[in-house]
Amino acid sequence: MEEAYIYDAVRSPRGKGKGGSLNELTAVALSAKILRQLRSRNDLNTEEVEDVIWGNVTQVGEQGGCLARSAVIAADYSETTPGLSINRFCASGLEAVNLATNQVKGSAGSAYVAGGVEMMSRVPMGSDGAAIAVDPTLAMNSYFVPQGISADILATKYGLSRDDVDAFAVESQKRAAAARKAGYFKNSIAPIKDQNHLTILEEDEYIRPETTMQSLGGLEPSFKNMGEIMPGFDAVALLKYPEFEKINHVHHAGNSSGIVDGAAAVLIGNKAFGLKNNLKPRARIVATSKIGTDPTIMLTGPLPATEKVLKISGMSIKDIDLFEVNEAFASVPISFMEHFGVEHEKVNVNGGAIAMGHPLGATGAMLLSTVLDELERTGKSTALTTLCVASGMGASTIIERV
Amino acid sequence: MCSDFTKEVDKDNIALITWNCLDKSMNTMSEGGLKAFQKLVVEALSDDEIKGIIITSGKADFSGGMDLSTLEGLKRNSGPNPASKIFEYIMEGHRLLRIIELGKIDDTYKSKPVAFAGGGICAGIGTEIGLACHRRFFSGSKRSKIGLPEILVGLFPGLGGTTRVARMMGLMGASSVLLEGKLFAGDKAKSIGLVDEVVAEHELIQKAKNWILSASPEDLIKPWDQKGFKFPGGAPYHPGGFMSFVGASALVNGKTKGLYASAKALLSSIYEGALVDFESALKIEARWFTKVLMTDTCTNMARTLFLNKSALEKGKQRPPAVEETNLKQISVIGSGMMGSGIACASIMNGLEVLLIDQNIEAAEAGKAKIETLLNESVKRKKLSEEEKTKLLGNVKTLSSLEKISGSDLVIEAVFEDLELKHSLYKKIEPYLKKNAILASNTSTLPITKLSEALQDSTRFIGIHFFSPVEKMNLVEIIKSKQSNEKSLAVALDYVGLLKKTPIVVNDSRGFYANRCIIPYINEGLRMLSEGIEPALIENSAKHVGMPVGPLQLLDELSVSLALNVAKETKEALGNEYEETGTESILLEMSQKNRLGRKELAGFYEYDDKGRRLKLWEGLRNLNGVSKPANISTETVKNRLAYVQALEAARALEENILLSVEEGDVGGILGWGCLIWAGGPFSWLDHVGHENVVAECQKLFDQYGARFSPPKVIKELAGNGRKFYN
Repeated sequence: MEEAYIYDAVRSPRGKGKGGSLNELTAVALSAKILRQLRSRNDLNTEEVEDVIWGNVTQVGEQGGCLARSAVIAADYSETTPGLSINRFCASGLEAVNLATNQVKGSAGSAYVAGGVEMMSRVPMGSDGAAIAVDPTLAMNSYFVPQGISADILATKYGLSRDDVDAFAVESQKRAAAARKAGYFKNSIAPIKDQNHLTILEEDEYIRPETTMQSLGGLEPSFKNMGEIMPGFDAVALLKYPEFEKINHVHHAGNSSGIVDGAAAVLIGNKAFGLKNNLKPRARIVATSKIGTDPTIMLTGPLPATEKVLKISGMSIKDIDLFEVNEAFASVPISFMEHFGVEHEKVNVNGGAIAMGHPLGATGAMLLSTVLDELERTGKSTALTTLCVASGMGASTIIERV
Repeated sequence: MCSDFTKEVDKDNIALITWNCLDKSMNTMSEGGLKAFQKLVVEALSDDEIKGIIITSGKADFSGGMDLSTLEGLKRNSGPNPASKIFEYIMEGHRLLRIIELGKIDDTYKSKPVAFAGGGICAGIGTEIGLACHRRFFSGSKRSKIGLPEILVGLFPGLGGTTRVARMMGLMGASSVLLEGKLFAGDKAKSIGLVDEVVAEHELIQKAKNWILSASPEDLIKPWDQKGFKFPGGAPYHPGGFMSFVGASALVNGKTKGLYASAKALLSSIYEGALVDFESALKIEARWFTKVLMTDTCTNMARTLFLNKSALEKGKQRPPAVEETNLKQISVIGSGMMGSGIACASIMNGLEVLLIDQNIEAAEAGKAKIETLLNESVKRKKLSEEEKTKLLGNVKTLSSLEKISGSDLVIEAVFEDLELKHSLYKKIEPYLKKNAILASNTSTLPITKLSEALQDSTRFIGIHFFSPVEKMNLVEIIKSKQSNEKSLAVALDYVGLLKKTPIVVNDSRGFYANRCIIPYINEGLRMLSEGIEPALIENSAKHVGMPVGPLQLLDELSVSLALNVAKETKEALGNEYEETGTESILLEMSQKNRLGRKELAGFYEYDDKGRRLKLWEGLRNLNGVSKPANISTETVKNRLAYVQALEAARALEENILLSVEEGDVGGILGWGCLIWAGGPFSWLDHVGHENVVAECQKLFDQYGARFSPPKVIKELAGNGRKFYN
């Protein structure tokens, strides 16, 4: 079997949602800018790119119609490079990488571009509909509740208090602000410029370094009303989790991932591709995994996905130097750390989506680039990236520097 | 040919189709009836002379709905694939109503206006016929009500009612009609669009005729048959509709615990139907309706709550030889909560009541309670101030017994104490009118034992009302060994007069209902003592289909009552008493002054208004409670359900309960037992008796003899039969 390597990873800065700097860009435009950056950084002959696998969640309107192919054409890649839009909700960006990895490992082409985009300020989350939420037979039989309720179920299950989740959020902000200030993100970030080469956005702009326990303490829990009163999702949650008397509503905008715009791309190829093009592999993709879990609590996927990827790779949790566990909601990384007994010093060391935002289709690829930069910066070797996924799924990837 | 429908044509050439089932007091739709109706509609629509059609009823009520036995018959008599026959039958109904809605049998004809002119009770298919018409005229009389209550008996409107109401009102608007199954008086029905005009009953036909003569072609086109129709409030994938549909599933799922297949089918019909055109939506509705009719829990629920409940209300157990009782005045002795509740129900149904207590102040206090109850009715506009005053005038408060000689029925509702009751009966008996009946409202004391104080014990019977009387519609009538037929007949006639549902049982400890409820509560306590998470106990009870968990129920009834019952049972049974091991928890709760909701502290915590806040945190630290135990949710559910259902089966086996029909109706109305399945016996049938025996064997091995399956169930399992054939 072939090995699959990461040759490069590039991302846009994350723009605040409504009123943010990237709001003026179309999904195709931002995608194309990142694809072009990847090409120019690596002097890439795009004829060699077997496919562009592009994660994107809300595939309607400007993000519809196989955005991947549109982006490839807009970026002026070789006509022979097709494009594949994929949707694994929050893990789409990582799943794109994983799909590309396994294509390469299976010798179906020597190089892929994988990543994704989400313009959440332009194409609202949920505007593509979702049968699992709205089709009564499916919703009732699968005990559907919205993700925020799931996050609160998870907090209830792990006995997390409001202080626990808020403290995690404050730390995420602190780490992200420090990393941005120290320039740790610079290697991967492609500043976004307009057609006149005027800068639109250079750095992540969602971070709020001033966040404190006090400032978060003033926020009302976001999912309490829909849980307890109308329409009463908690009653549905209890059907699945009857051991709880009630759901503890602790999540709010300040300890959940932010709604932002962004795109990211990773260049993946086999050994021969690097030799031929004189590119140096930055990391080997050791193993990938994906899994389905209970759709009601929905966000526990990182646990079995991680167990699975460790098993595939023959590694143990102790073999991993750094973890990126997507901060969809604070209860997700906290439950991950509790479950595996991993200390916070190894997890999301430069902050996460609570501080920087979670551009759904792009995040997985962004986390991978962030953690790869950090491995290189600190001279460490292995990293595991994992994300929880809507409707009860999870995805994981282990990389190792070469 | 069935003569349920007739047609006459007036001088203006308007055809009047009248529904009048001569052999029934209420119009219900049968297979033959639908054919007859279809024939007359087609005739009128294909007659060029006819200007329009009015559909009305020859009775005071338009219709009670579908004849459920028709559907059952259809299912039974349609060979190896009943679903196909049922589906075809429903589609035939859809085609008929669609012809009415289009006003023509096909495009070679011009559309004719069709008006609905009805009053009285109009439910189910009666309403669905109306919905297909172009204009609905409904009586404004006080007793006239229209709606689609199918969901309340385990079904949903399956002849276009679901599809039409959803398209008329949108999901949110339709929910009170379809999901809550409410019946609406004329004005309210008009305001939500269920009817178009509310008129005096005697003007119904004339107004309908006037409208037919003036109707324009546009009046005959339903919104969904026009170009550009939009689903009101938004279809599922429109921004407006999306959250409503998401919310509806969650709301229904949470409220019904996912147990009611009919609620799921109803919502799915609306959702799937909203995504397609009208004709496809009807087909979708028909497929789901067929599915519901093929689902045993749905039809069992309908059987219990529709067929068997009404049979009991119509006097199924009444001894036919005894002539009709003509009750005018009754006496109620004891004016506490139960006594005043019984008195109140009695005056509200036209009786005079002598309300008697030890002193006049107590009796007056009882009357004040009645006034409070009546005030509630005034507040809900069910009663005027005037009517209330008049009704209260029918209660006479007394502190002596002489006057009871004018009553045909005397009901005792004093404190549950055998000696007290015995001495009271001795005082009552001399004053009793010849042929009058004495009844006790006891909920625990054996009736035969009570009757020992009387010279003539044949005229004594138990009439066990449930608390609170104004809300609980079940009445358990308990025959002692001596009760005569006359006593039973009077008790049944009285319950009938109160519009409540009777079941008749033989005498034994706890009769039927309490006999089953007490093990349910005890099982909850046992689980608590085993260290099972209290929330898991309470939630599992609700999730298996009980209205309240055992610990909550205990808080409602009060710990002292439970201790009392345990003590009495112990005294009465002596050596035969089986220790449940739960008394220690009750005693501990009592010592800690956590006696229940009335005291604002029990298994739950309460605020100062008595609102339940949460389970008491001290429960896990009680001496009688073991360390946290691991148990599957399934086992918790099974224990809570089987402990009641097996007790019900034992009551049947011991001939305390006289029929499974009464066991199911009583179970549902008495303590909300497994409503979704049609009651405890229907539930056992649904599980299947072989499975029941296997599961009970497991529970028996682990938890003891209370789970040993009764012989009657083993026999059913052995020969592969069910309680209901």
